[in-house]
Amino acid sequence: MRADRIRLPHAAARAAALTLALWLSPATAADAPAADVAPTVAADPRLEADVQELAHKLRCLVCQNQSIAESNAPLALDLRNQVREQLAAGRSKEDVVDYLVARYGDFVLYEPPLKGVTLLLWGGPAVLLLAGVGWLAWRVRRRAVESAAVAALSEAEHARARALLAGAGPADVPPSSESRESRS
Amino acid sequence: MKAKFLVPLFLFLGLVGFLAFGLTLNPREVPSPLIDRPAPAFTLARVDDPSQPFALADMRGKVWLLNVWASWCVACRQEHPVLVDLARQKVVPIVGLNYKEVRGDGALDARGMALEAETGLAIERARRWLAEHGDPYTLSVLDIDGRVGIDFGVYGVPETFLIDGDGKIRYKHIGPITPENLQQVILPKLEEVRRAG
Repeated sequence: MRADRIRLPHAAARAAALTLALWLSPATAADAPAADVAPTVAADPRLEADVQELAHKLRCLVCQNQSIAESNAPLALDLRNQVREQLAAGRSKEDVVDYLVARYGDFVLYEPPLKGVTLLLWGGPAVLLLAGVGWLAWRVRRRAVESAAVAALSEAEHARARALLAGAGPADVPPSSESRESRS
Repeated sequence: MKAKFLVPLFLFLGLVGFLAFGLTLNPREVPSPLIDRPAPAFTLARVDDPSQPFALADMRGKVWLLNVWASWCVACRQEHPVLVDLARQKVVPIVGLNYKEVRGDGALDARGMALEAETGLAIERARRWLAEHGDPYTLSVLDIDGRVGIDFGVYGVPETFLIDGDGKIRYKHIGPITPENLQQVILPKLEEVRRAG
C-alpha cells in the first residue's frame, strides 16, 4: 500500500492529499441536511425566470462554488424556495437579495458590492494593469535611449566598419582609438 | 541597485507570506452578519410538549446558547458529550433548535408527508435521540421546515449561537464544539458577555 502510494504520479498524489485534507477539515464535519423536496417551479414563467435570474446571482453556502440555481444541496433548495415565495408575494428582487444578505452576509452574493473593504478587490486589477503599462512604457523609453547611444558611432568607427565590410582583414585595419569597447 | 537580482526573491517571499496566511483561514467558515444584531424572533413548538410554544423573547434577561442539532447529524454526536458535560455544570442554559429533523434526513423521503405526521415523527425521533445520548437542553424546539434556521443564517448542522440578555447574537460557532473550543473561545466569550451585560 505504502509502496503504491510512493509510485503514484506526483499530481495524483497531491490531488489525493488535497482531497484527504479537505475531507478531514473540521467544517466539513458539519453535516449538510439531505435534499427533501423535488425542485418546485412557479406556475408563472415570468416569475420563474426572475427566480432563476436571481438564483444564479446567489451563492450556495454549502458548496460555495455553485450558485443556488446550480446546486442541489438542500439549503440551496430551501433558499430557492424562499426566493420564489418572496417574489411571488410581490417583493422586489432587491428586497429578496437584502433578505439573504441580512442572514448570510455579502458572501451570498456572487458579485461583491463596491464598498470600502472591497475597494482593493474591484480596483486591484485596474491598478495592476496601470502599473504594468507604466512599467512597460518606462522600459521601452529607456531601451530607446540606450540603443540610440549605442547606435551613435563616430566617423572613425564608420570608416573602420566600411573597411571591414570591403574585405580587408582585421590586421589591415588599425583599431580606432575611439572604439567604444575592446574585443581582443 | 546591485541587489537587483534579489527583487524576484523578495516578490516570491511576499507571495509565500500571503499564501501561508491564506492557509490559516478556513474558507468554509462564513462570518455571520448577525453578530451583535438582535437574534431573529421566532415562536416554535417544544419537543417535550408540542402544545407549548417557546419564543425567543422568553429568554430575555438571560445569557444563553442556541444549539442547532438534528438526530441525523453525525457531527452533532461528536459534540454532544461536550454539551452534556456543560449542562451538568449548569454554566449556561442551552436551548436546542432541532433543525429539519425529518426532511433533513437523507435516509427518509419526506415528500408528500403531511405536516402533522412529519411533526409527530420529528418529535418521536428527537425524543428518542435525546433519551439515547443524554439531554443537555433546557428545552428543544422544532424547526420542521428550517425557516428559523434560514433566519439565523444556518448553513450546516451543528451551529451554536451565544445570545445575550438583550436578545442580541454575540457569537456564532460553526461546526461541532470541541472541549478546546469550549474552554478557549466559548466560555471566555460567555464571561465577557456576562460582564458587559
